[in-house]
Amino acid sequence: MVTYARPVSDDDLVFRALADPTRRHLLDRLHARDGRTLTELESELEMTRFGVMKHLRVLEGAGLVVIRWQGREKLHYLNPVPIRLIHDRWIDKYTERRVSALAGLKAELEKHA
Amino acid sequence: MTTTTMKREDVEVFQVSIKATAQAIWDAITSPDWNGRYGYGSKGDYDLRPGGRYQVLPSQAMKDYGSPDVIIDGEVLESDPPRKLVQTWRPLWDPQTVAEGAKQLTWEIVEGADGVCTLTVTHELTNAPKTRKMVTGEMKEAGGGWPMILGDLKRLLETGASAVTEQQQS
Repeated sequence: MVTYARPVSDDDLVFRALADPTRRHLLDRLHARDGRTLTELESELEMTRFGVMKHLRVLEGAGLVVIRWQGREKLHYLNPVPIRLIHDRWIDKYTERRVSALAGLKAELEKHA
Repeated sequence: MTTTTMKREDVEVFQVSIKATAQAIWDAITSPDWNGRYGYGSKGDYDLRPGGRYQVLPSQAMKDYGSPDVIIDGEVLESDPPRKLVQTWRPLWDPQTVAEGAKQLTWEIVEGADGVCTLTVTHELTNAPKTRKMVTGEMKEAGGGWPMILGDLKRLLETGASAVTEQQQS
């Protein structure tokens, strides 16, 4: 068996964090209203407090959730920057190619029209 | 300016990790030699003293498009190089954002392990729905907001290239 010693990249952490429906749901809740406490997030999920905490920790580790303290309250904020980096790295690259392929097709068709 | 009426959901937080020194990140934010090389390509001029003036001047492309002579203004509230900068921030090219007023913007740089710093931008946006849509990137025609700017800043400091430098070369 061949194993590759490759460090876990920031992208890996983001993709892993996004691969779970509960974690995506938590991000959607924060997008709807940012700066929530664990108790607030927990009240909307059929899950134990410990389970929600675990998911939030994965989101934090990927940089998708940032903690901000307000007095004694620990508030969770959605951080859109890692998703933008994924977008720049992966989405732009492939959609651009498709767009240019379509532009090429259009030019080709018009030439024969 | 008062912060007592600020609700916790009226704050937007943006964070990026950058493999660079805190000083390099500080310079990239505050120096006009650097801050026009990423994001929207417009230079920001800071007088880094409490009460000092902050102004962003339009890029040539923005001027061609008919932008005002100053596109963003504000005031420096606190400057602690290379760790923390607190300022106000008001976009001037749209009457509605002018009316929404100057909002508080905080830049924090924390040095971590392996020469990687964490840059956190906290934007207080009480009663500023349009400014908020612009800076979060939700408004498509506004071109990406802080996520785009911070992603491009990361790229510039880590690779030497940015959307702005690439556009200049093409």
